[in-house]
Amino acid sequence: MTGRLRFMRSFSGAVGVTIVVFVVAVAIFGRYVAPYDPNVPVTVPLAPPSSHYWLGTDFLGRDVFSRLLYGGRSVITLAALATGLGYLIGMSVGLIAGFSRSRIDPVLMRSVDVMLAFPPLLFLLVLISGAGTGVEVLVIGVAVIQAPGISRIVRTATLEVSVRGYVEAAIARGERSYAVIVREVLPNIMAPVLVDSGLRFTYSILIIASVNFLGLGLQPPASDWALMISDNRQYIAIQAWAVLAPAAMIALLTIGINLTGDAIARSLGRSYVPKTARSAVI
Amino acid sequence: MSDAPAPVVQVVGLSLGLTTGDPVVEDVSFTVGAGQILGLVGESGSGKTTTALALLGYTRRGVELRGGSVSISGQPILGQGISNLRNLRGKVVSYVPQDPGGALNPSLRVGDAVMDVLRAHRAGAASLESVKASLERVELGADPRLPRRYPHQLSGGQQQRVTIAMACVCDPPVAVLDEPTTGLDVITQDRILAELARLRDDDGMAMVYVSHDLAVVAKMADRIVVMYAGRVVESGPADEVIERPRHPYTRALVSAIPDFRRPRALRGIPGVSVGVGEWPSGCAFVPRCRHAIGRCSESLPELSAATPDHSVRCIRWQELASDGAEPGDGRAAATAVEAEDEALLQVDHLEVEYRNGRRRNTVVHDVSFAIESGRCVALVGESGSGKTTIGRCLAGLHPPSGGRIVFDGSELAAFARNRPLAARRRIQIVFQNPFESLNPRHKVSSSIERPLRVLRGLSQGDSRTEVGELLDRAKLPRRVGDRFPIELSGGERQRVAIARALAAKPDLLICDEVTSALDVSVQAAVLELLSELQRDLRLSMLFITHNLGVVACVADSVLVMDRGSLRESGSVAQVLNAPADEYTRRLLSAAPCLPDGAYS
Repeated sequence: MTGRLRFMRSFSGAVGVTIVVFVVAVAIFGRYVAPYDPNVPVTVPLAPPSSHYWLGTDFLGRDVFSRLLYGGRSVITLAALATGLGYLIGMSVGLIAGFSRSRIDPVLMRSVDVMLAFPPLLFLLVLISGAGTGVEVLVIGVAVIQAPGISRIVRTATLEVSVRGYVEAAIARGERSYAVIVREVLPNIMAPVLVDSGLRFTYSILIIASVNFLGLGLQPPASDWALMISDNRQYIAIQAWAVLAPAAMIALLTIGINLTGDAIARSLGRSYVPKTARSAVI
Repeated sequence: MSDAPAPVVQVVGLSLGLTTGDPVVEDVSFTVGAGQILGLVGESGSGKTTTALALLGYTRRGVELRGGSVSISGQPILGQGISNLRNLRGKVVSYVPQDPGGALNPSLRVGDAVMDVLRAHRAGAASLESVKASLERVELGADPRLPRRYPHQLSGGQQQRVTIAMACVCDPPVAVLDEPTTGLDVITQDRILAELARLRDDDGMAMVYVSHDLAVVAKMADRIVVMYAGRVVESGPADEVIERPRHPYTRALVSAIPDFRRPRALRGIPGVSVGVGEWPSGCAFVPRCRHAIGRCSESLPELSAATPDHSVRCIRWQELASDGAEPGDGRAAATAVEAEDEALLQVDHLEVEYRNGRRRNTVVHDVSFAIESGRCVALVGESGSGKTTIGRCLAGLHPPSGGRIVFDGSELAAFARNRPLAARRRIQIVFQNPFESLNPRHKVSSSIERPLRVLRGLSQGDSRTEVGELLDRAKLPRRVGDRFPIELSGGERQRVAIARALAAKPDLLICDEVTSALDVSVQAAVLELLSELQRDLRLSMLFITHNLGVVACVADSVLVMDRGSLRESGSVAQVLNAPADEYTRRLLSAAPCLPDGAYS
């Protein structure tokens, strides 16, 4: 493995990627191997695990294993969409603010500070109470929560890169700002942004799960890991699997993404060390 | 010398290597007497800092001791336990680091930093008085509030003085100085060197002075040890090594030093230094040596004594000794170019300020000069004199607040993006730091191709062939095009940056301190290249530098700047030989240069 996939060579990279691939595969393809319909009761409620129902049944008697196989797609898709949208907004704001060196910078960054002042979950609840529960509201809300933090990181990295000789050389050639940003700045701020993106994605998952858990996101009877936890939490003493299995999936995904992010950052970070600094380390 | 004092530092057969196996330093031996300064000279990667750190019983992570002994004032240093070492460091042997800005704890007031050293070794004597006394010794006593300052409130020279005060406060018999003046401007450097000389004379302190700058070492040291690829290649009394160097490497090194009192075409050492893990079995200098013969690479030459006090690691030193000096030539660049009279660039009453909120800070004040076509004008000054700002204004990176810049008859807009394509193409800039001037995510060829596409509108195919020609011009092998900047050395990167500037077919090349981050031998090679390009392509150049030696070697005329204003201008010969301005005289007297009898 060379180049882009170098991070896989590290232990945490290999483990992280394995976990992520596993969880995502379950979320996407799980429904095709699910033994039962996730929304139809198959036996008595809260049945313990058995050879028929591997993880038992939930409080309505639906098969937990089948619901687990169905329940990942929504949370992962929503989190990915929300994080992606957050990056689109946050990176644009951060790059413009960091690169412009004009009045735009303080204006943008103070707006960002105002956004950061809202408690995220509260912001989302207010938004939902105003705009109603819906997938679009959830995605946009989470993206808006994510964007300010992203823009700060991007701006800091951009400020640092903008004074480098290769950026100035491009400016001195009279290249358009867009070309300078895309060609010279963007590739060199990807290391901090990528590390951070793992954490952000996890955070999106947690927020969406929280909102679903509170009953303000996806509505029953949709099968969703967070909703499963929420629905079955009262019966945890009787049928713990109905809560623990979806919780474990969310936890696994979070850990896997973080391990991968760290490994990518480390593999990118290495090529940032100038040769002199490297020979000074020997 | 028969009355040589008893050695305070005794290093015998010191060998260090990477924990992974490759040797870094091998079989290094030297002694330093009380009140003596030993200069440890070499390029980056020669193992000089590793050797210096071993004197403190310290090895960097990944480096381990292989053999040999170090004793200071009779006490063995190597093999001591960490608590013993802690006791010795600072009290018996102290260290002055290269970068004082990075070495001082930014959250510790400087008085407390000095106090910490005292507390560690002389708890009884730790008082504000002794801190002040130690700061007075390095001429920082004038300001009573200085001990309460934080490092960022001090200038670079003051910071370095604080680290020297920390190194001397416990009166250790030996101090190890690692490039203590690299990065300081010449006047500050001169004063620091004078203080070090005073500490040696007054207190009889022995010093090991690590540097790549032979001119400074020649001024300070009693003895010089030249290292190459982890081994000593020559050692002897300083004047003898400078005046009659025996090893081809030392000769090349002395020849590579730009000296304003003896302007000459510099000759760099071709190639790059061998890295750790690439040591050949024979003499490591063979690939770059002009005198190498087959026998040189067969086995490692022994250190042999040229005189009882002067040893050299070369099998041919006797034949070469009679060979005399390397063929020296006069200044090639100055005479070869017939200057045209009309000015290519005319700067009139330039004013520049930096704004920080409401505060305005004038950095360039009423500067006027002209650059005639085909000439090289040097812009000289200390850091903060505004010389880099002028270069940035010309390149369209910083807007002037007043005055005019006229290029080839038409006035230039403040920002590059508002200038016509032709003006952008014809003015090119090469930056100071080669480690930051190339985009680490683009291949070298792609970096050079960009100006071809953007400024000259060449097609992809045409630019590909031209990249190859440009690499040839910059004397780089063509395969460098497929590399990323990280795989290149500092000198190679600077050549790429020059090739990128040449890609635009410029008429005016602005060189902003292009060699200040490079080793002396590499600097000479880059200057050689620039002089040649100027001659062949009839380039005009604005050469921004703080090094007067470099000025004498490349420039036709010179502008001296101090705190934003022009102090003096004229031809190189006139300004350097008969300076009219007081500030120019101070710059000249502070500039390190080789002694009169130096090898040439």
